[in-house]
Amino acid sequence: MPDDAIRCDACPVLCYIRPGRTGACDRYANHDGNLVRIDPHVVLDRAVSRGDSVVPFLERDRDWDGNIVSGPETFITAIGAGTTYPDYKPAPFIISSKVEGADMVTVVTEGIFSYCGVKLKIDTDRFLGPEQNVVRAKGEPVGHVTTSEYGSQMLSLGGVRHLTGGTRNEGNVTCETLLDLCNGKPAELVIDEGATVIVQAGKPPVVNGVQEERMRVGCGSATIGMFAKQWFGKIDDVVVVDDHITGVLSEHQAGKMLGIPETGIKMKGRRSTPGRYFRVAEPGTDWGGTNITDPLSILAPFNAKKAWPGLRLLMVSTTGEHYAYYELDEALLPVEKALPDALQVSVERIKENCEPALCTVLFMGGAGGSLRAGVTENPVKLTHSVRDALTRVTCGGAPVYVWPGGGITLMVDVTRMPENAFGYVPTPALVAPIEFTLKLADYEALGGYMDHVRPLASLLNDETRRHVSARPGNPWPFEAGKPAARRPAAANGRRKADSARSRSNPKTKPASRGKTRPS
Amino acid sequence: MNTRAQVRLLPDGRRLHLHDGPIDIVLEAYAISESEVRAAYDAAADRFLTVLDELCAELPLLRTQTRPGSRGPRGIIARRMFAAVIPFAGEQFITPMAAVAGAVAEELLNAMTNAAILSRAYVNDGGDIALHLSPGESFTIAMIDRPDRPSLFGTMKLESSQPVRGIATSGWRGRSFSRGIADAVTVLANSAATADAAVTIVANAVDLPGHTAIQRTSARELSPDTDLGEILVTTKVAGLTNSEIAQALSHGAECAEHLCAQGLLHAAALHLQGTTRIVMADRSTLPAPHRESSVAYA
Repeated sequence: MPDDAIRCDACPVLCYIRPGRTGACDRYANHDGNLVRIDPHVVLDRAVSRGDSVVPFLERDRDWDGNIVSGPETFITAIGAGTTYPDYKPAPFIISSKVEGADMVTVVTEGIFSYCGVKLKIDTDRFLGPEQNVVRAKGEPVGHVTTSEYGSQMLSLGGVRHLTGGTRNEGNVTCETLLDLCNGKPAELVIDEGATVIVQAGKPPVVNGVQEERMRVGCGSATIGMFAKQWFGKIDDVVVVDDHITGVLSEHQAGKMLGIPETGIKMKGRRSTPGRYFRVAEPGTDWGGTNITDPLSILAPFNAKKAWPGLRLLMVSTTGEHYAYYELDEALLPVEKALPDALQVSVERIKENCEPALCTVLFMGGAGGSLRAGVTENPVKLTHSVRDALTRVTCGGAPVYVWPGGGITLMVDVTRMPENAFGYVPTPALVAPIEFTLKLADYEALGGYMDHVRPLASLLNDETRRHVSARPGNPWPFEAGKPAARRPAAANGRRKADSARSRSNPKTKPASRGKTRPS
Repeated sequence: MNTRAQVRLLPDGRRLHLHDGPIDIVLEAYAISESEVRAAYDAAADRFLTVLDELCAELPLLRTQTRPGSRGPRGIIARRMFAAVIPFAGEQFITPMAAVAGAVAEELLNAMTNAAILSRAYVNDGGDIALHLSPGESFTIAMIDRPDRPSLFGTMKLESSQPVRGIATSGWRGRSFSRGIADAVTVLANSAATADAAVTIVANAVDLPGHTAIQRTSARELSPDTDLGEILVTTKVAGLTNSEIAQALSHGAECAEHLCAQGLLHAAALHLQGTTRIVMADRSTLPAPHRESSVAYA
């Protein structure tokens, strides 16, 4: 077979595909020697419509209403850009548009990321598995358990070692898992010596078949501190059960301050400071992230010298999800009773203060030299330009966090990207959209492919492009200072500063700037 | 187990979408009860899972030119393909691949009608359609003028009393290569596989050999493992004069009439640069297509 054609192994047809052409399916293409999956090219329309999500089936043009949006109200994303242009070097699309009188350029490409993965934040206090343990999908290792964060467990999935460093099946399953998570689909993960958890971006995790609802309001000790005043006078003692630090009201500093008398309560576990206990039980998926189902199992008998019959005790988990109310009988043994209404309120209050538990999926990848070479003849200048905030990086029009340090290594919240923005190549590696937006003059200065710049209008007449609405809350890529809608204030201010900076230096050549970005 | 294949209901909750490798199918069944429809969809999905692997097992043979007396393939679908192209094999270059989409559509239609009692059903495999019509039923068929930029240009009603059970469309702008210059040719035939094979032949015939406005490239240049080998296929057609359009359409119409006379097709609609030519085998059994603004999709 001719050596410029590549063999596609995405299905048993095993097409040989010439550069710039697609296989029999029209879905896989030879992109500069790489096999890539293509989809209709996605164009982001600023006009926000409700419940948009155009269905990408029988794609082409049928879902498009024929409306041509003018200039800067439309942003060409890299989704589906990969192979629609027969000349792949420079980048498939280099588009100019007028924004507030200045010529802006967006270089659009679909990057093939061999070095990529997802960082997963799973809001749960339940024990998912020991740190460093292997995370599996369909039996294959696809990542590992990393740090616990406040009310959450972090997992790191993917990375080049799982994608290409192991068996072929390990690579394929890793790629499939990353693709599903990045495209907003659920994935079932099994942690060695730990839980089975179903995760999906923007949805609550399902741990061992139980859907998580709320994040804990604080550790057990913090919960005591927060609610001590509300309990005062209504109850004699409260135990907030938590896998991290279990709190006991009568012994806790907060209880002492209120003058709550000793109750003779005796906790199992290791006392840290008064009223704060480590390891009252083993980690698990029940009360407060421990393995206990009967809260009394963490209590030793009450001290008969201090306790009294009729003593009222509330035991509650850090999310308010589990609770039980007891009164001591004549033998000073706790007897469970119905929770008095006055205390019901405090349990509800704990619940109310626990935010909805979600899974967050951040795609992380590094733009390699060849991808950067599609933007400029001197790839390192692009890195400098991004550092200097002259060039804005987006993924499918969504804002990204670019890591300080060398290269262009970025993270993006996949829920802020258009649907099905990710693809894969059977290498295996993920294909993710990436756009670089900068001033035309800056683009020229960093050695851009000026003869490939084409006006936005020339693309909009092509009906094969899929138009989707910009996500509410994302800053509009051309003017990152002005969000399309709701945005956290801190992020706004920061971005405003960035764009003001680039506007005030329209003629500065990026090459003359220092490598490090002043902070 | 085939893990590539995707089977899902489309958002309308009525149509089933099947996808595997280059196969992309939308089908819909109609019956008295929902349970019959579900049984039909289950059968179609079950049958679909092995279709691509079955075909790929014999791919080299299916890509080889079929000649009268050629050795036939073994697979059920492959045999349908072979049977559909053999009537054309004497005069032309053709391979069983010319009927692959229609044959797959027919196979899935068969799986459904064997599993459930359906009033009507269609299986649309990338524009090649197999139809089931029980007595008294009909389908309204909408036609497009360019496969790459579909817009409906006309409709026709197919009644159960008519022999048509297969529809296929081909043109140089579509997914498969064409040797001709037609933007689209649509044919009606007894079966989807036959329609698929016949439409390839008719679309190839819509041509102006040697005309400078037509760019052609060896199929192998474009796709190294094509069944067409070094045969030239159309890659671009510049503007033609009205008389050139008429001439090219006449070549195609002549071919279509020839195939009509042999009973291989019942009707054909040929489109080239805005002009349409209709060929009908028997005007008494088929109504003429007409333009309509609102149409049912089939």
